[in-house]
Amino acid sequence: MKSVFFILTALSVMGLAFWAYQENYRTQESLRIVDRLQRDIGDRREAIAVLKAEWAYLNRPARLRDLAALNFDRLGLLPLVPEQFARVDEVAFPAPELPAMDLTGTVMTSGTNEEQEP
Amino acid sequence: MIRTPLRPLARILRARETGENPDAIEAENLRLRHEAQRDRARMQAEGRLLVLSVFFFCAFGVVGARMGLMAASVPEEPRVQAGGTAIVAQRADIVDRNGRVLATNMFTHSLYAQPPLMIDKEKAARELAKIFPELDEQKLLKDFTGKRKFLWIRKKLSPEQKQAVHDIGDPGLLFGPREMRLYPNGSLAAHILGGASFGREGVHSAEVIGVAGVERAFDDYLRDPAEEGRPLQLSIDLTVQSAVREVLYGGMKLMNAKGAAAVLMDVHTGEVLSMVSLPDFDPNDRPPPLLKGDPADSPLFNRALQGVYELGSTFKIFTVSQAMEMGMVRPETMVDANAPMKWGRFKIHEFQNHNYGPLLSVTDVIVKSSNVGTAKIALRIGGERQKAFLGELGFLQPTPIEMVEAPGAAPIYPGNWSEITTITASYGHGIAASPMHLAAAYSSLLNGGTRVVPTLLRRNTVEKGKRIVSEETSRAAREMLRQVVVRGTASFGAVAGYEVAGKTGTANKPKGNGGYYQDKNVNTFASVFPASDPKYVLIVTMDEASDTSGDEPRRTAGWTAVPVAAEVIRRAAPLLGLAPIIETPDLTAVRHTSN
Repeated sequence: MKSVFFILTALSVMGLAFWAYQENYRTQESLRIVDRLQRDIGDRREAIAVLKAEWAYLNRPARLRDLAALNFDRLGLLPLVPEQFARVDEVAFPAPELPAMDLTGTVMTSGTNEEQEP
Repeated sequence: MIRTPLRPLARILRARETGENPDAIEAENLRLRHEAQRDRARMQAEGRLLVLSVFFFCAFGVVGARMGLMAASVPEEPRVQAGGTAIVAQRADIVDRNGRVLATNMFTHSLYAQPPLMIDKEKAARELAKIFPELDEQKLLKDFTGKRKFLWIRKKLSPEQKQAVHDIGDPGLLFGPREMRLYPNGSLAAHILGGASFGREGVHSAEVIGVAGVERAFDDYLRDPAEEGRPLQLSIDLTVQSAVREVLYGGMKLMNAKGAAAVLMDVHTGEVLSMVSLPDFDPNDRPPPLLKGDPADSPLFNRALQGVYELGSTFKIFTVSQAMEMGMVRPETMVDANAPMKWGRFKIHEFQNHNYGPLLSVTDVIVKSSNVGTAKIALRIGGERQKAFLGELGFLQPTPIEMVEAPGAAPIYPGNWSEITTITASYGHGIAASPMHLAAAYSSLLNGGTRVVPTLLRRNTVEKGKRIVSEETSRAAREMLRQVVVRGTASFGAVAGYEVAGKTGTANKPKGNGGYYQDKNVNTFASVFPASDPKYVLIVTMDEASDTSGDEPRRTAGWTAVPVAAEVIRRAAPLLGLAPIIETPDLTAVRHTSN
């Protein structure tokens, strides 16, 4: 009975040692992955910071003003002036919707379509 | 185990034969047995003690070894528990009130050399001098061939320059990673931001520290890792700042001014929406401070905050408001304004020796900007009370705004507040303060009468400050200032829809050795808009401005600072989301004509 107990204990110790060994290696592998991910995140954040800086640089007011002046022909942008403010009651009501026309069974009233047909 | 019998039969029998007491034998054996037992117990106890001491020794040994190891080893980031928050730039961004970037970081490289590792020193020196024109080839070669084992060559490199240095291919030229501060908007808001430079430097990293402006004032906050890179949000509005700077720059050129400054402030919260000082500089490449001459000539000088000027007639409204608050006068009260006024050996003149008197209503004292009228009112108030009132408006201390330059810009006023000081201070002479002081004081006076503390940080809610004047006085002061624009010295300041109210101020510049220049002025226009429900205060100051469109140069604020301020309001007010007030024609006037 005693020897069975000893053998079982020894086996369980060996089993646990094997499990611990495996866990150790899996932990180290996970840490390596975490390290790599952290580095990736760091790189991405660095890239985002650079892009943000570039965005801010490209959108600096002095440049936008020059671009607006350069492209005045196409865009016609001018500084905001007080006259551009309006009250709500100055906004025109939308034009009333026209009743939908019934297009089924219409009668051709001119010969234009015939001319287009070959 | 064989136990020794206590009464061994052989010895008992022998003892009986010899007539000895057999009990003695038993006692003797019992003693021996006890001794043996005692020895065994002691052995056992000693063994246990030994085991225990070994155990303790090991435990303390482990603790000690761990402590030593931790003390001696390099700190290591916790890798398992830490989330993704750990990686942030070492200095937080600065953004404007709408979150647009004013200052951020860029990753770049520094260049250093280790001469012992270099192969072709002459070629390296020659090529480096080609890439960086500011480097001297001979000096580099001397450094490379001398005893030095390490030298910095450049603190910042652009990617193209880095590639060019790579292409030299010398193993002794090495790169270190660097974070550098970038101000994407260039000289816009240069004085507010200040600038940054490197502190302690190592090969692998360098401290980035602020050198001026908010960068310096908030250095600890910006570098605090506990904030996790949360950006610093200023009260500045980038768009408005840009518009104000553009208009002010144009105005400065048009009016032939040496410099100009503008402060736009929210009257209720004290938030500075725009602060411009011209000429300015690029904080990405901060120029060195002037070593000789007047520091005010350097572009680093912030006229809006550090420029302590006599602000002239803009002060008159403070005198008049105080008199109204004390119940001495009402806007329509007639006061003596007979010029020139004699006071001891002094003579107080009006502008160009006019005489607006003999009697003038208080409103007209402000509208016509009468020195004599204001001086007479000030004398009735008395010097002590006048000084206390100016102190409440903040004119006796540096502004508490969050810039490192602020505490150095203290107002200048005579230590002995004599009666002549009372007279001159009533119209803004003999007391010098910065445009920022004036903005805060106008805000405090005109927002309904509660004290405003200027700030550069965005605030969402602000509790009302200490009451300085009553609502009634504040409204009366606004109406007087409105009249200045409608029919007074600031008629060029009218902007349709925004009900501009304000006061001009023209002061001669003091000479360094006493006395005043006759042809050098500091012109100020302090304005508030819209007058009926004030939202913003704008101060425009121009240094040595003159309008040369007429026959002779005109140097008053009404001809120089006022039109520029009007244009600033015309451009900035819509950007601030301020809808114009639709002005209705004066119905009373219509009725009168129809009668």
